[in-house]
Amino acid sequence: MAGTKTEMVKPEYSVPSTIKTKKQITWMQRLKKDKWLYLLLLPGLLYFLIFKYLPMWGIVIAFQNYSPFLGVLGSEWVGFEHFKNFFQNPDFFRLLRNTFTFAVLDLVFFFPAPIILALLLNELRSQLYKRTVQTLIYVPHFMSWVIIASITYIFFTTSGGVVNEIVSYFYGKEINFLSAPEWFRPLIMGQIIWKETGWGTVIFLAALASVDQELYDAAIVDGAGRFRRLWHVTLPAVRSTIIVLLILRLGNFLDTGFQQIYLMTNSLNRDVADVFDTYVYFVGVTQGAYSYSTAVGLFKAVVGIILVLGANRLAKKMGQDGIF
Amino acid sequence: MLKMHNTPAGRVFDVFNTIVLGLIGIVTVLPFLYIVAGSFATEAELTRRSFFIFPETFSLEAYKYIFSTDTFIRSLMVSIGVTSVGTLICLFCTFSMAYPLSRKHLMGRNFFINLVVFSMLFSGGMIPTYLVVKSLGLLDSYWSLILPLAINPFNLIIVKTFFQNIPIELEEAAKMDGATEFGIFWRIMLPLSKPVLATFALFYAVAIWNDFFSALLYISDGTKWPVQVLLQQIIILSQSMTNDAASMGANFVEPPDQSLKLAVVVIATLPILIIYPFLQKHFAKGMMLGSVKG
Repeated sequence: MAGTKTEMVKPEYSVPSTIKTKKQITWMQRLKKDKWLYLLLLPGLLYFLIFKYLPMWGIVIAFQNYSPFLGVLGSEWVGFEHFKNFFQNPDFFRLLRNTFTFAVLDLVFFFPAPIILALLLNELRSQLYKRTVQTLIYVPHFMSWVIIASITYIFFTTSGGVVNEIVSYFYGKEINFLSAPEWFRPLIMGQIIWKETGWGTVIFLAALASVDQELYDAAIVDGAGRFRRLWHVTLPAVRSTIIVLLILRLGNFLDTGFQQIYLMTNSLNRDVADVFDTYVYFVGVTQGAYSYSTAVGLFKAVVGIILVLGANRLAKKMGQDGIF
Repeated sequence: MLKMHNTPAGRVFDVFNTIVLGLIGIVTVLPFLYIVAGSFATEAELTRRSFFIFPETFSLEAYKYIFSTDTFIRSLMVSIGVTSVGTLICLFCTFSMAYPLSRKHLMGRNFFINLVVFSMLFSGGMIPTYLVVKSLGLLDSYWSLILPLAINPFNLIIVKTFFQNIPIELEEAAKMDGATEFGIFWRIMLPLSKPVLATFALFYAVAIWNDFFSALLYISDGTKWPVQVLLQQIIILSQSMTNDAASMGANFVEPPDQSLKLAVVVIATLPILIIYPFLQKHFAKGMMLGSVKG
């Protein structure tokens, strides 16, 4: 909008009324001058309006008893009834517990993994060896969740899966990993660590590569050993990256991978598997409770946005840059 | 650079570190190696040996079976078609929107950028989006696998930043020669951004090929399923797929049960593995582009 301002301070010493028409003309002229640009903008703009902003307007059905026949305008308004029902539903605590558990497990087991792996990779002397390892550990990132889940099924099934053959050899009997509720969380964590740890190192390795070599030289002159160099030079270099990623992660605290959890859910482990996203799908799409599930989704989105802004403010208070 | 002098403890660490990282690398891809090896093995070998990365007898039975059924070929075609058309549409929408947004003089630019950024923070959610797609009549249409994903806002911002960093002199020179804004975009900006176009073509192609969520939500007609959904049906949903397979065609071929599953996984993975060398190079570069503040 900087352009508009310069337009307004242009020396035009005529009476105010003409300034107004003058401004209108420039507005029209600018639209006309940039008509090709606006034309290029149009498809993308339509995309955002139709697939991003129309659904936001559609959120109003969370406060209605939406019926597809009556439409958004004709449906009956019920206020916060769906929210009340949701909070009173025993499902609410189950979903909250499961989502929260996944988020904490993710933060404890998955979040530090790429950092540690990147630090180890950074210590490798041979660049060729480092690149080879990188090539191998990036592979699963590009695989779809269906493939990851399929491979998990193939390896962990009780009918001839490799893992169960090993387990029954040592333990004497097979474990039904795929449907036992107590194995659901370890499986989910294992999958995400396998799929994303390697790729997660990319951003840390980039931060590590940008460390000034002279800092290491200076540290060596000062007699710093390997561990001290890691502690005083390498770690501070990736600190801001870690904090930004931590903020993003806290902001997405309630985001559990829908595809991953959906694919691993079955009737036997549903009690520990259901999270907000999958619940919205099961209740909304498969059972057709559009209004109720939209209310659940809205609750999650609002908590999410509060978490992002809160985490960002926290980072700024701690003297870090934040992301906004 | 000073020579880092190494203590004995440091040398022990180096050896240990090299071995551990090598093991991590191998363990990461080991499951894939088994899947590929198993898909070429005979059913007897798969039952007898629990894990191997080289089959004793090389067999193409699983692949022969897959390419003899309509179901597999059809869903492969769906995936290939949707991925190719979808990638083109995604690239078109992303680049054509990123360019105007990169022009600082454009009236309303900040408003449009904020529109994009806000959509990254807050979304209508699954059900309202589903209802929009439904009311557009896109349920059970291939377009539902493409249009709702046409622009990834992160990619858009990165491409916008890229256009912003192209020297303004090029644009000014073209304007002197009487080029329109569209001419500048088409004849100067797009040719200059060929490597970026290639990068994002890969980004989008992988995203669409791997997408399971859209098909799950919007496609209920089994004849329109992309490979990912078929894979889910075969391996995850029904352990009794072979029974269904038996009733699939008149000229029924005895399906090699386990190797069939493995072969389907391989086929769903293959396009990604083929372009993997490019992916690795370009994706890392794309991540770096993204870290440039816009």
